Order: sequence, then C-alpha cells, then structure tokens
Amino acid sequence: MASTNKEPVLVVLQLTGANDYLNTIVPYTNGHYWDARPKVNIPEHQVVPIDNELAFRSDMDQFKDIYDKGKMAIIHGVGFENSPRSHFRAMDIWHTCETNKIGTDGWIAKVIRDLDPTGENVLKGVNFGQGLPRAMTMRGVPVTSVNHLASYGVFSSVSGINSQDERTQLLDSFARMYSPAIGTGPTMEYLGQTGLDALRGADIIKVAPQKYSSTVEYPTTSIATNFKDVAQVHLADLGTQVFYTSYGPFDTHFNQGGSHAKLWIDISEAVDCFFADLREHNASDNVVMLVFSEFGRRVKDNGTGTDHGAAGVAFVIGDQVNGGMYSSYPSLKPEHLTQGDLEPNYDFRGLYSTVIDKWMGLDAVPIVGGQFEQMAFI
Amino acid sequence: MTLACTNPTMSHASQFRAQLCHSLIMSVARVKRDHGETSVPTRQEMVLMAHLMRRAGFGEPHADLIVHASKGYESVVEELLHPKDQPPIDEELMYRILPGYEGALGPPISQADWMFRMVNTQRPLEEKIALFWHQMFATSNSKVDNPPEIGRQIAMFREYGLGSYRDLLIELAKSPAMIFWLDNHGNHDGAINENWGRELLELFSLGVGNYTEDDIKEASRAFTGWTIAPKIPRNPLGRFYWNFEYKPEDHDNEEKTFLGNTGNLNGEDIMQIIVNQPASARFLARHLYRFFVADEPDVSSWNSTPPNDPEAIEVLVDAYNESQGDIRSILRVLFNSDFFKNSLYAKVKSPAELIVGTVRIAGNYEGFRPGFNNLALECAWQGQELLNPPSVEGWHTGAAWIDAGALMRRVNFAAGVMGDTSHPGVKTIINTVRMQETQSPQMLVSQCLDSMGPLQVSDITLKELLTHALKDGELMWDTPEQIEFSEERVARLLALIAASRDYQFA
Repeated sequence: MASTNKEPVLVVLQLTGANDYLNTIVPYTNGHYWDARPKVNIPEHQVVPIDNELAFRSDMDQFKDIYDKGKMAIIHGVGFENSPRSHFRAMDIWHTCETNKIGTDGWIAKVIRDLDPTGENVLKGVNFGQGLPRAMTMRGVPVTSVNHLASYGVFSSVSGINSQDERTQLLDSFARMYSPAIGTGPTMEYLGQTGLDALRGADIIKVAPQKYSSTVEYPTTSIATNFKDVAQVHLADLGTQVFYTSYGPFDTHFNQGGSHAKLWIDISEAVDCFFADLREHNASDNVVMLVFSEFGRRVKDNGTGTDHGAAGVAFVIGDQVNGGMYSSYPSLKPEHLTQGDLEPNYDFRGLYSTVIDKWMGLDAVPIVGGQFEQMAFI
Repeated sequence: MTLACTNPTMSHASQFRAQLCHSLIMSVARVKRDHGETSVPTRQEMVLMAHLMRRAGFGEPHADLIVHASKGYESVVEELLHPKDQPPIDEELMYRILPGYEGALGPPISQADWMFRMVNTQRPLEEKIALFWHQMFATSNSKVDNPPEIGRQIAMFREYGLGSYRDLLIELAKSPAMIFWLDNHGNHDGAINENWGRELLELFSLGVGNYTEDDIKEASRAFTGWTIAPKIPRNPLGRFYWNFEYKPEDHDNEEKTFLGNTGNLNGEDIMQIIVNQPASARFLARHLYRFFVADEPDVSSWNSTPPNDPEAIEVLVDAYNESQGDIRSILRVLFNSDFFKNSLYAKVKSPAELIVGTVRIAGNYEGFRPGFNNLALECAWQGQELLNPPSVEGWHTGAAWIDAGALMRRVNFAAGVMGDTSHPGVKTIINTVRMQETQSPQMLVSQCLDSMGPLQVSDITLKELLTHALKDGELMWDTPEQIEFSEERVARLLALIAASRDYQFA
C-alpha cells in the first residue's frame, strides 16, 4: 500500500447508461475511427492529445490536468467476455462480479463487510443517491444511503415541521418507539435495532455539514453536489471508507454530441473541485476514486448517436495513483471487432482486485470470485 | 370482543386500549346508523377484516372496511376469490389518460402500470396473486430487457393465478419472458439446456431434494422445441412482443423417464406428473403460507428446516389434494382457517404492500393521475423493483426487507404521505376526528389507529403516541388558528403511527 497512515478511502463513480469510450479517450489519428464515426466524432480541433494516438476530448480539460500531474490511471479495454448488450445485466455483473449466474451480493458490500466485520460503523459505506446500488447490498451488512446530506434524516419527508424543537420531539418519539422491547419477538427487536442504527447514522452524519467550510465553490450539478457531500463526510472523519455515487444518463443513442459533452464537463468539473477541496484540507492522500461504466458503445455511429457496445474505459484517480495508461486500446480494425464492438482485453475483476488488494489492503479473491490480473497503477 | 377490557391489573396502555374498544364501536355504530344498516361489525370483525384485506389485497380505507365487515367474513372471502365479479380497470381509459404506461420500455415507467393497478383495482386478490407468482416464478428484466413482455407474464398471472396449478405451469412454460429468462430457446433436441428444467423443479414446483439430476435432464428433454418465434429486431423501432412457438422438429421424441414415469413425454406430461407429486403440494403450501400467512425462513433452507406451523401446512396440502391443485380452493381454506385469522402482524410488509397500502389509505393516488412511476421508483428504492427481482429465487422476504437504508425510506415515505393534510384520505380522517363528541388526546390516538387499520400496536408504541397526543391537550376547533393546529396534530400523529415499528407489519 502507498504511504499514508490514514485508513484508505475508496470513492466509486458509476457512469450509468454506458459511456462512449471512443469519444472519451479519442483515437484521433486512427483512420478506422474516422471511417466508423462520420457523424458522431470529436473533431480534430476539439481534441487534447495525450500522445500521437490518443486524446481527451476538450471538454475534459480538468481530467487532462490531473493526468498530466501523474495522478490518473487510464485503464483501457475494460470489460468481460461475452459482454451482454443489456444495461441491466451488464451493471449486475459489474456490481456482483458474477458473470455466469445472477448474483445478489455486491462487491462493495463485501469490501465493507471485510473492513468492519461486526457492522459497528453504519457509516463505513455511504451511498449518495436514491436507493442502494446492488454493489452495496448484502444481507447483514449495514450501509447508509443518503439522498441529500443537508436534509438527510428520519422524518425529513414530513411537511410542515416548523421548528427544530418539533423535529427533535418527533425524533425523540421515534427513538422511544424503536427502543428495545423485551419479549416482542426477534423481528421487532431487529427492527428496533435497525431503526436506532438509521437514527444514529443520520445523527452522526449531520455533523458533517456543520463542521465543513471550504473556499472551493462547486457547480450546481447533481454530480458536483454529491461530491461535495462526499467531501463533507470524508472531512468529518466518521470512519467512512467507501463512498458510492452515480451520474448519467450516458445512454446516447440519439443526438449524442451535446449531451455527452455536457456529462463530461459536469464530471470533470466535479472531480476537480472534489480533489481541490480535499487538498485544501490536507485530506486527499488517502483517497482513490474509481470511475467506471457498464460497457462502451458501438464503434460505428448510427447517424446521431451510438448503440450498445462492449469494451469500455475506466479511470483511477488520486494522489497515490501511478498515473499513466494501462492495458491497451482494443483494435478498431473491422476484422477485430465482435459484432461491431471493441473486444474487451482487461477483465474488470482485475481492476477491482488491484483496488481491493493494493489500496484497501483486503484479500480480493473471495470478493471478486477468483484470481485476476492486477495492474501497477497503485 | 376478545380484548381484555376489564382486566383490573392492566397497564395504562391497556386501560387505554379498553377505551379504544369502546370508541371504535361507537364510531362504527354511528356509520351504520347513518347508512340505515342493521348489522354492526364488532371491533373483532373490523380487526379481522383489516387483516384479510391487507393480506388478500393491499389494505383499504376505514369506510370501505366497514362496508366489507358488515357483509360477513366468508362472503368477502368469496368476493375476493372471484375477482371477475368486480369491475376491471378500464384499460382503454387508462392508456388514454396515461399513454406512456402502455408498453413502456424502461424502468420506472414500465412498472407504473402495475403500480396503478395495485392502488386502484377493485379486484385486490387478482393483483396480490400476481405479485405472489411474480415472487415465486421470479423473472427479471435484468436479463430479459423487455418490460412489456414481462408485463404480459404478469397479465397471465392475473388470468391463471387463481385457477389450476397445472394450467398455470403450462402457461409459464409458454411465457416468452420465462423462455428467454431461463434459456429454453437454447434447449434443443440432442443438445439440452437444463436451466429451465432445473428451476422448474427446484424453485417452481418440487423443491430441492425431491428429484434427481436425471429428472432435470429428462424434464429438459421434454421441453425441447418450446421456444420463441423469431424476434423482430429491436432497432430501429424499439421492442416488440415475443411469441411462443412449439417446434416439433426440434422436440426430442424419444422415450424419457421422469420421476418414475416412462414414455414419450412432452411438456404437458411433465407438468401433470409434477402436480401429482406430494412434494409439489407441500412446496406450494409453504409458499402460500409464507406469502399470505406468516414469515418463514428462506426457501433455500426448506429442505432442512421444517415449517413453523406444520399443521397449517398439512391443512393446505389436504386442500391441494382434494381440489387437485386448484389455487382458489386452497386459498379459500387458507383465508377461512384459524391459523390465518390468528396470524395478525406476523409478516413484514413488502415494499409494494407498504407503499400501496399507505396511498390507498391516504387517497393521494386515487384514479387516473400521473406519478405512478414515482411510486414504482420508491418501491425499487425500498428494495423491491417490480419486474426486476434480484434473481430467479425472487426477493428475500420477512426481516430481510429491512436494512437501515430501506427502513429510513419506508419510514420517511409512509410518514410523509400520512403526515400531509392535503391528501383526501388524511382529510377524511381529520373530519372523523373532528366529528367526535369528546376531543380528548385519547380519542385522537384511538381514531387515528382505527383509521389506519384498525391497528393494534404494542404497548411501547401506544404509550409513545399517547404521550405525544397528551402534550397539547384537547383538540380545539373554534378559530382558524385552532383548526389549523388541530389538523396538523392529527396529521402528525398519523405520521408517527406510519413511522412505528408496528406499521412495518402486514
């Protein structure tokens, strides 16, 4: 593990809907790219070259900055064999590491379980968004899912609560209604415990916005808001080691140009603000961010957009990351494509294994379900 | 009246419960008098009717319960068992007002249609039994990726779900969503794919331990040729329905031996043999018990864990045998049994039950209006994404519905809905409270519990509700300020009840 005496923290950003790999890391000197993408391409004046083959799109200039500083690993050709073109199935596979059968236990949940086997800290894993991603679900592993940090808590949905006093009274009532009741049966007791856990989690996490101050001004996009929430909880030092959030939709079948650009502007700005915020508080050296999408998109465009593909690109970002490019860009030659799609050449479970093993310091094998090739980005 | 209204040693909470008995009877009597009816349901009858409607349906507002309870329990059971005697959802009107719901391709809008039906149906058991089969025959959009096709499977459950188990299994085998989900389109003469054959025996009928690996292979051979007609490509126009096709040229016509029966068996023969097995009767009985009566351990442990109430299972098995696997007959026995009537609050509500039950009481999703996709999303966020169960094993139920994130959502959803004075059902409850002769805090608690059930809650909850109500004394309705404050007090108490542990149980 890299040099930090603090507990390692992982932030996962899911790009929901299948991000177009070819227009994210653009093979701008490859003739096959221009042949396949007569309409949906990144024109030459809008690329920011990394080398004489690949370039970022110019909307991602903060990503380019981070890359140039050596704090970003670009992982090429990520995916798995027999990649399904279904968002749902592919996302399940990324979430559960089960490529052949339908799995129910999430890989992040297993990481949380191994970090905190007794489930003592209900904030060990925190999701920002609506509902838990399957990656974070597993029976017996308590996690917290926060919609908006500022309004998070029991009874946050009840309208017309006018005073803090009244809110406190309601929360006190809730705590008493969920207090241990002898002889009411195991389910009642479990409900009581879980209710008090939820209350406790909300109670602990609410200190985060109170303690927080920063000169960084985040944009108002939902991804920036979520990253600001992540920063607040991280800076409050509540023992959270895994954060999860999503952004999208990346499912750009129609009119891809503007929407795909906007998504990457939003993400680049948000990620940049997030790390700037952490650095301002001297709290960035134990944070690594993993950015992934369920698959890439078809090599050939469909006129205004792109259809579902296979191999994609992942990013690993952080002070402790050995920046650079890993694996290789899959061949664009028509004879090397599978059903018109880039063939994955790096199994996503190797990517996870590297993060789990080298960063989180856990045994990756039982979490991802086997031995997979690790990379040197950490 | 079975509650201990006269016990001299009773606690403060139990004393209150006695008052509650009285006030409920008085309010029911008043409604009856107003309707010119003669039979007045007792409190026990009301409690039992609320229980039946929560289990056989999704609960209902107090006024509807009174109507049902006065008809008599057994006749309501018959009404529920014959959904076609009640008017259907007007689909034509529905899709005219909510055009996006028909054939919607992606979640959550693809789940909104079912949410609408569960909330607004006049045939509650038709929707509930469809949910039961969706749980037991779990087919998931994560792989099928065609919500309208799974929707057709749900419609098939409505049509066949209360009839013969054999017929239902045959329809299931022909369901294109199921064929695709369990790969039977890849099950060929001479090259079997066992996925469907295995799950049919393991999860849909016999249960682990009641068949051999050879039986799986033989059953799979019998279902070769049961496939989907060539699909219309998805692009550029979108998803099309799929169609079942039987291909005799791809069917294995050789002799097979399945569970001791030898012959040139086809799929229908396999289903007949299956439903004749005692193991099938027992397996289905346990599923029905778990869904309608009381929480049970996970299905995966049934091979080694006996049922919590073996006698009840035997009663259901007998009903299965006597009716030759007629679901309606088995459910008739179930709903009329003592073990059912004694199973109050013995199940944790599924997210669908919690959400639908709450909005049916609050009346905020009554009729054709937009927003059912939001209810579907809420259901997914609470851990039950309709049309997309986590695996072929269905959802883990009972206490497994609950984790800190899910519980927070359940509490906030139900409290948010019941705490909103603008919802018609909440207004009705406020008016009922206001009409009472006494305006004591005790009355407030009893009326609110009645209106949301009648609900019986634990002493610890009851004590807290009373404490909360007592702190502001009598309700007053003289000035606009008093009215506003009293309305808020009612809504706040409803929100607390909806947030309670007790409310998590069906």
